[in-house]
Amino acid sequence: MTPEALLERVVAVVPAARALPLAEMRGQAVVWLPRQGLAEALTTLRDNADTRFEQLSDLTAVDYLGRTPRFEVVYQLHSLAHRHRLRVKVGVEEADPVVPTASAVWRSALWAEREVFDLMGIRFAGHPDLRRILMYAGFEGHPLRKDYPLMQRQPIVPERDPIAQPWFPPNGGSR
Amino acid sequence: MSELAAGTVVARDPHEPGEIMEIQMGPSHPASHGTIKFNLKLDGETIVDVDVEIGYLHRGFEKMCEQFTWNHCFPYADRLNYASPLLNNVGFALAVEALAGIEAPERCQYIRVIVGELSRLCDHLTCLGMGASEIGAISAGFYMIEARELLYDLVEVITGARLTVTYCRLGGVTKDLPEDIAERCREIFLQTRRILGDCERLLARNRIFVDRMVGVGVMDRAVAISWGLTGPLLRATGEAYDVRKAHPYLLYDRFDFEVPTGTRGDNYDRFMVRMAEMQQSMRIVEQALAQIPEGPIRIDDPRYMLPPKDQVYGSIEGLMNHFKLVIEGQKVPAGEVYCATEGGNGELGFYLVSDGSGRPYRVRVRPPCFYGMAALGDMLKGAMVADIITTFGQINMIGGECDR
Repeated sequence: MTPEALLERVVAVVPAARALPLAEMRGQAVVWLPRQGLAEALTTLRDNADTRFEQLSDLTAVDYLGRTPRFEVVYQLHSLAHRHRLRVKVGVEEADPVVPTASAVWRSALWAEREVFDLMGIRFAGHPDLRRILMYAGFEGHPLRKDYPLMQRQPIVPERDPIAQPWFPPNGGSR
Repeated sequence: MSELAAGTVVARDPHEPGEIMEIQMGPSHPASHGTIKFNLKLDGETIVDVDVEIGYLHRGFEKMCEQFTWNHCFPYADRLNYASPLLNNVGFALAVEALAGIEAPERCQYIRVIVGELSRLCDHLTCLGMGASEIGAISAGFYMIEARELLYDLVEVITGARLTVTYCRLGGVTKDLPEDIAERCREIFLQTRRILGDCERLLARNRIFVDRMVGVGVMDRAVAISWGLTGPLLRATGEAYDVRKAHPYLLYDRFDFEVPTGTRGDNYDRFMVRMAEMQQSMRIVEQALAQIPEGPIRIDDPRYMLPPKDQVYGSIEGLMNHFKLVIEGQKVPAGEVYCATEGGNGELGFYLVSDGSGRPYRVRVRPPCFYGMAALGDMLKGAMVADIITTFGQINMIGGECDR
C-alpha cells in the first residue's frame, strides 16, 4: 500500500489523527495523535483489519528544547500482515511530562518506556514498573535532554545494604 | 512439626512450592558472555521470577552522536554490535542517505551487500559457536571460531580492519574490493561450508545438545510479535519476517535467497534458523560477486563526499570543500527518517532527526537485542537455572548494541 493510502486509512480509523505532509517526511507515513485517548487510539490501530499494527518496533522521544511542546514521543509501528509502517508522534509539555502507557497494547513498550523515562524524564501513566533501565537508581537528571550538560558529574552513590534493600524490585519481575 | 519425634523424615511433595530463594547472577558471571545481571527468585532449581538488569555497557551513543558531524558517527556505529560491525555501518549509512535524499552508486550497493552478508556470517558464527561451547560442545565452538577467523581475514582484506571497520561513508565506501575477491571468497566459503557441515553433524542430532535446546525458552508467535522480536528470534516461531524480503533495501530484490523459519520457537529452532541463514548469506555473496558491475564506489557530490586528495592539495576549491566538510560537517537537510535494515539480530532501525546543521539533532538506534532481552524474562519463567545460559546465548545479546 502506498503511504498516501495508508494515511487515508489511518485517519478514517482514528479520526483524531492528523497526517503530516509526506513531502516533508521523506515519503514516510507520519501522524500526530493527541495525548487524550492515546491508548485507545493505539489499540484501534493494532486491532483494525485495515491497519493491523501488531508490532511496536520502537518507542523513543526527541527533545526540541525551546519549542512548545518541548518533547515528542515517537512510536514506530509495523504491520507484519500488511507490511507497512507508520510513525505516530505525541507532543508532551515540559511542565507535565506524562503520557499514557502503551505497555498494555504492546509488550515491547514495557522496556522502551522505561528507557524513555530514564533518559528523557517522560513518565508513562499506568506503566507497571517504571524504573531506570540503562542508568543506575541513584542517577540524577535525564542525560538525553538537550539541557543536560555533556560533562556533568554525578554524586557518589551510597553503599547499599543488600539485606535491607534487596535487589529484586518490590513489585517484582521483568514486567 | 513439633509433635513429630526427633529424627522423623517428612516426605515433601515435589510439586508443592518450597521456600523462595533470591539470588543474583552476574553482572560478571563466567557462564554468560556479556555484562548482564539476573535477579532471580528460585524455588530449588526452578525460576519463579526473574528481573533482567541491563545497562552495564551504556556509554551514551545517542548523546555522543549529537556532538559530532554525521561522518564522525560511523566509528561509533561500528561499536554498537561488535559481532557484526559492517551491518551497523551499512544501516547507519542508508539511514543518513535516506535523510539526505542521495543514493550510492550501484557498485557501492553491491559492495555493501557483500560486506553486510560476510558480517552476518561472522555474527551468527559468534553466537552459535559460543552457544554450543557453553553447553559443552567445545569442539563445535572452536570449529565455528575457526570459520569466523577465515571470514575476519576476508573482512580485513576488504576494509583494512577486523572489527573496527568504519567502512561506509555518506554516499559510498572507503575503498574498493580487492581484485581477487571472488577467488578468495570461493576458497573461504568452501572451508566455511565444510565447517558448518561438520558442526551440523556434530550437533543437530546430538542427544545432549537436543535435550538442552529443544523445548527450552519457548515463545509462541503472537507473544513474540507483541514483545517486538524480529530476526532469528521471530523467524524461529514460524513468522517469515525478514526486512530484506519485506521491505527490500540496497539490491536485495535482485538476489535469490530464502528466509528460513522454525516451528516451535525454542532455542533449537533459533540455533537452526541461524545455521540455515548462513547458507543463504553465502548464496547472496556469490550471486552479488557474479553480478557486480564496474563503476564508481562513491557519489560525486561535493556536499557530502570529501574531494580527492590531489584536488585538496592542488586547488583552493578542493581545499575549501575539504575544510568545510571536516569542520562543519555535511549539511543534511532538516527532517526526520526511520530506516530499518536486517541486522545480525533482527530489525536494526535508525531514527534520525536533522535540523539542517552539520550535526545530527537526534540519533536513535532501535537495537534488536534490546527487545530480545526484554522478552527474556518471559521465556525463563518456569525454566531451570541451567536454561538461562542457553536461552540468553540464543538471544545473542551484544552489550554494545543493547546498552548503547
